[in-house]
Amino acid sequence: MPTFVYMTSCDGCGHCVDICPSDIMHIDKTYRRAYNIEPNFCWECYSCVKACPQNAIDVRGYAEFAPMGHSVRCLREEDKGTISWKIIFRDGREKNFVSPIRTTPWGSIKGPAEYPVPGSDELNSQELAHEPDALNIEGGLPALKRNQLKQGFRKGL
Amino acid sequence: MLTSNPFAELSAVISPAIMQTYIIVMILLVAGGTIFDVIHKKSAAYFFRAGQKSKKRATRQVGGAEKISLAVQTTVVEGLTSGEFCNPKRRISHLLTMYGFIAYVVTTIIMVFAYPTPATPAPAILPLLWYLGALMVCVGGYWFWFFIRVDVASEGNSPFRLVRADLFIVSLLVSVTLGLVWAVSGSGTWANIFLGLYLLATTVLFGSIPWSKFSHMFFKPAAAFQKRVEQANGSRRNLPPPADSDEVYGSARRQPQNY
Repeated sequence: MPTFVYMTSCDGCGHCVDICPSDIMHIDKTYRRAYNIEPNFCWECYSCVKACPQNAIDVRGYAEFAPMGHSVRCLREEDKGTISWKIIFRDGREKNFVSPIRTTPWGSIKGPAEYPVPGSDELNSQELAHEPDALNIEGGLPALKRNQLKQGFRKGL
Repeated sequence: MLTSNPFAELSAVISPAIMQTYIIVMILLVAGGTIFDVIHKKSAAYFFRAGQKSKKRATRQVGGAEKISLAVQTTVVEGLTSGEFCNPKRRISHLLTMYGFIAYVVTTIIMVFAYPTPATPAPAILPLLWYLGALMVCVGGYWFWFFIRVDVASEGNSPFRLVRADLFIVSLLVSVTLGLVWAVSGSGTWANIFLGLYLLATTVLFGSIPWSKFSHMFFKPAAAFQKRVEQANGSRRNLPPPADSDEVYGSARRQPQNY
């Protein structure tokens, strides 16, 4: 289900270019508007659809399983922390859902650049970047202690 | 210098009638280019079709008075204050360029038609606004060109890469910059060279409408108005309505059990 852009609504802000994990949302050389350069490689992740501040991106279903006439649209509201979905079926039925955008308020997660540059100790550590702080786990990452390990086969027993 | 009319000084070399004819030709090029653009790209037909589709999906009728109110809102929010831009830097840059361009064009027309020679001195405010408008275009335009433009900011291309989408902004910036350079260079060979280049860039700016995005100043307000009508009549471009209430984080959520 590749994405496509309503050119009259797009204002060429570049949010979809920044967010696309497949790097297929790019800026048109004639009108400076976004477009999907390779629909076959679209992951259907809806990242660009949700990110677009103008709601200018839509998704077109393949005719085999989503025939013409259907619609799947979503509306992101950062201030409310919600993303609402409206699904219109080909026979006219409509379904509406509201979901949280994520589990923490918008803007509450620090960006990678807001963390201090890691030193050599951090680089050699077993922990990944920003762990354990970024995981919101009190007391550090859980680990098995030696006495919790199963006793294996010991020779002679 | 900032209060002297550069076109009155130019009247010693080029007669005011030629300058006035040039401006009329430019206005005709803008009108003709826009009409050609609308017909060729079928933008009017597209907006009409989209309006019909929206009417079919409407959940309520929008009356004439409400449409006038929506048109006023579109003019104030999207037209006069560029409210559609989500990036505040881009909005400021657009406002600088837009108001600068309006001041620059309007004062040019007034000075060339009403005060064409030194015998009819222009009020000091007119040339001052001309210079101020040109400077505003340069500040907003070069800021956009080098830093805000999506090709540079998101695509990571060099600011010096030129494509067809740049025709409008490049011809606008070159025209206004050369106009300023010509106005401050006084008279002489260099001034004449800058004048020639200024006229060339200005002709490209107003003559390239079918290929540039100059006409966005006409169809963008139409698109913004249509969006407001679709919000008002309930069709909302098939978008869901806004959520009833805010999401409450963590209140009724199960604690993670994976550790």
